[in-house]
Amino acid sequence: MTRPLVLQGGRIIDPSQDLDVVGDVIVIDGTIAHAGPRGGMPDGAEIIDCAGAIVSPGFIDVHCHLREPGREDVETIATGARAAAAGGFTAVCAMPNTDPVTDNQAAVGFVVRQGQRANSARVYPIGAISVRQEGHALAEVGEMVGAGAVAISDDGRPVASAQLMRTALEYARTFTIPVIDHCEEPTLAVGGAMNEGIVSARLGLRGVPSEAEEIMVIRDILLSRRTGGHVHIAHVSTKGSVELIRWGKDRGIKVTAEVCPHHLSLTEEAVEGYNTNAKMNPPLRTAEDVAVLGEAVRDGTIDAIATDHAPHHYDEKEREFADAPNGIVGFETALAVVVTSLVGSRVVDFPTLIERMSVAPARIFHLPGGSLARGRPADITVFDPSREWVVDPEQFLSKGRNTPYAGRKLRGRAICTVVGGRIVYHIAAQEH
Amino acid sequence: MTSPLGKDLLALEPLTPEQIGLILDTAEPFKEISERAIKKVPTLRGSTIVNLFFEPSTRTRVSFEFAEKRLSADTVNVAASGSSVSKGETLVDTARNLEAMRIDMVVMRHGASGAAQFLAERIESNVINAGDGTHEHPTQGLLDLLTLRDHFGDLRGLRVCIVGDVLHSRVARSNIWGLQKMGAEVAVCGPRSLLPNAIAEFGVTVFDRVEAAMEWAQALNVLRLQLERMTAGYIPSLREYNRVFGVTRERLERIDHDVLILHPGPMNRGVEIDSDVADGPHSVILNQVTNGVAIRMAVLYLLAGGRPELAETAKSTPGGER
Repeated sequence: MTRPLVLQGGRIIDPSQDLDVVGDVIVIDGTIAHAGPRGGMPDGAEIIDCAGAIVSPGFIDVHCHLREPGREDVETIATGARAAAAGGFTAVCAMPNTDPVTDNQAAVGFVVRQGQRANSARVYPIGAISVRQEGHALAEVGEMVGAGAVAISDDGRPVASAQLMRTALEYARTFTIPVIDHCEEPTLAVGGAMNEGIVSARLGLRGVPSEAEEIMVIRDILLSRRTGGHVHIAHVSTKGSVELIRWGKDRGIKVTAEVCPHHLSLTEEAVEGYNTNAKMNPPLRTAEDVAVLGEAVRDGTIDAIATDHAPHHYDEKEREFADAPNGIVGFETALAVVVTSLVGSRVVDFPTLIERMSVAPARIFHLPGGSLARGRPADITVFDPSREWVVDPEQFLSKGRNTPYAGRKLRGRAICTVVGGRIVYHIAAQEH
Repeated sequence: MTSPLGKDLLALEPLTPEQIGLILDTAEPFKEISERAIKKVPTLRGSTIVNLFFEPSTRTRVSFEFAEKRLSADTVNVAASGSSVSKGETLVDTARNLEAMRIDMVVMRHGASGAAQFLAERIESNVINAGDGTHEHPTQGLLDLLTLRDHFGDLRGLRVCIVGDVLHSRVARSNIWGLQKMGAEVAVCGPRSLLPNAIAEFGVTVFDRVEAAMEWAQALNVLRLQLERMTAGYIPSLREYNRVFGVTRERLERIDHDVLILHPGPMNRGVEIDSDVADGPHSVILNQVTNGVAIRMAVLYLLAGGRPELAETAKSTPGGER
C-alpha cells in the first residue's frame, strides 16, 4: 500500500461534477478519496502545497504521434509519455502512423506494453483503419480493440475512399469506438504546403484551400448520419468546418471534433520568412478562422483540445519549406498556449478549458479519467494558471524541438502531474 | 561597408522605391561598358562569386556570368541537380561548404520558393536570388523595369499588363511589386486556373480576356507558358491557349495604340506569343537581355559595397584588362 497523497489548498475545478472550490484532493491507493473543501488528513500522507494553483482531472490528449516503432531517433513512447506528463497530460492517444503501421493486435499490444514500461502518462494506442494505412482493406479492428486500441484512424493519410469510411463507421459501432478522420480531400490538397490565400500567393508556395478540409468534414458527417457510427474530426482548422460540425450536431448526428492549440493561436502569417516550424497539416489559417475556432471551443461545437504532437528531427525541418515535413511538438506548450490565447482573451474560462482538455476527451473516447469523483482513478493535473515562462525548446523532455513558440512568453504551466495516484511529474524536480 | 540594399537581394517586395530607383540609376553607367571593345572594369577584382544553379538556366546564368566577368570578379559555376529530399546534399550543407571556402557572393537559382532566403540566413556572403521556385526573380523584375523606363522615360502611371501563368511565375511577382513601387498601374491576364485565387489582394486589375488587356495596356509582359501546365491539367491544350490568350499580331492590330512587348524568355513561339509579334517593331525582348547584364552589374556593385555616385567613375577607371 502506497503512501496517501494530499494536494492541498488549490482551486479544485472538476466540470464533471460542477465543482469549483478551494480545498484538498486526497488520494488513497491510487484512487480519489476526496475532492472538495478541506477534509480529514490521512495519516502519513505526502502533502503537495497547491495554493494558488488549479487542481483538475488529468488532461487527456486524444491525438499525438509518438514515433515508436520506427523513428525512435525522433521520439519514443517513453520520452513522449514523459513530455506529455510535463505538459500536464495524464493520458495520450498515439496515432498509428508508425513504421510498421499499428494496424494489428500485435502492434497495438507493443504500444500498450511500451506505455506501461514508460510508467508516466498513460498511453492508449489508436489502431489504423486500413491495412498499412493504404486506404483499401479494413484492418482487424476487433482484435486491435481487444489488445487495447481506443479508436481507429488513418491519420496522416486521409481516408480518400468514401466507401471505406462508410464501412469503418459501420464496423466500429460493434466496439463503441470513434473513427477519427484527418479530413483532407487529396486532389485539392496535393502538393500544398500552407493555407491557400494571399500569403501563399505572395510567398510562391502552393496552397491548400479550406474546402479541401470542409468537403471531407461534410462527407464524414453525412456518412455518420447514414451509418450511425461515431466520427471524430481531427484537428479542425477552418470556420467552414465549424459550421458543418455545428450543422451535424444540431441534427443529432454522432460527430465530435478536436482543435489544436496552434490553430487557436497562430495564423498563416507565421509562415512568413518560410518558417518550417509553422508548417503543419492542416495548415495555419486566417485570423477569422482562429476567432471562430476559439468561439467553437467556448460553445462546445468543438469537444476537445488535442495537441497533434508531431516531433521531427531538427535537420528534417532545416530545409526548403516545400520539402520540410508537417507538424510541431505540442505536449509541453499546449496548456500555456490555450491559457494565453483563449483564457487570456476571455474567450473561455478555466472550467471550460478543463472540460475540453480532460472531461470531454475521456467522455468521447470512453477512457477512464476526466473526473475527480470519489473512487475514480487518481489522474490529476495541477497547474499554475498565472505563471509566466519563456518557451525554450532545449528544455523540452520531448526529443522534438520543432515549435513555432520558441522564445515566446506564455502564461500557465503544469506544476504536478499525478497518474494512478503516483506523481509522474513535478516541476520542482526539473528546475535548478 | 554596408550596402544601401542590405546584405542580399532576395526579392523586390521588401525593397523601397528609393532602393529600386537606385539600382536602376546605377545600371545606367554600366550599360556603356558592354558597348566597349574591352568590356571590363576592375571594380570587383579579387572578389569570388559562385553561380549556384539548382535548375537549368542558360540566359540568367550567362547574364550573371558576363556581369561578374565584366566587373573582373573570379567566378565559379556550379550546376547542382535537383532539390529533392531523397538525393544529394542538403541546402544547409551546401551553404556551409560555400561559407567554408570564404567566397564573397552567391548567385542562386533554386526550385524551392524561399531557398534564397534560407541560404542568406545561413551564410555571411551576399546572396543574390536568381529565381526561387514560384516566388521571385528580382533581377528579372529590375531589368524589365529598366527596359520600360528606357522606352517610356517614367514608370509613374504607366499601364503594364502581365499575361499568362501568374500562378507559377516568379517573374510575375517581381514585376508586380517592382512596378507598383515605382508608381505604375499593374494588371494581369490569363486563364483563372493559372492566376492565384487571391490575385485581387495584390492590388492589380484582372482581365479575363487578352483583348481587353491589350486595349488597356501600354506594355504587355508576356510570360512563358511552361509546357507541363497542360499535362498537369491547368489548361486543355497549347493550341487553345494560343487561340484564347496568345499575343498575336491580329489582336494587336485591332488596338488603336501601340503596345510595347516584353517577354522574359525563353519564348514558346506560337503559344503565348506569335513570332511576328516577338520579332515585330514594338518588341523590346532583346533590349531586356542587354539590360539584364547592366542590372546585374549594378546589383553586384551595390551589394559589394560600391557607392552609387562612384559607379560613373568605376566604369572609367583604366586597367580593367588583364
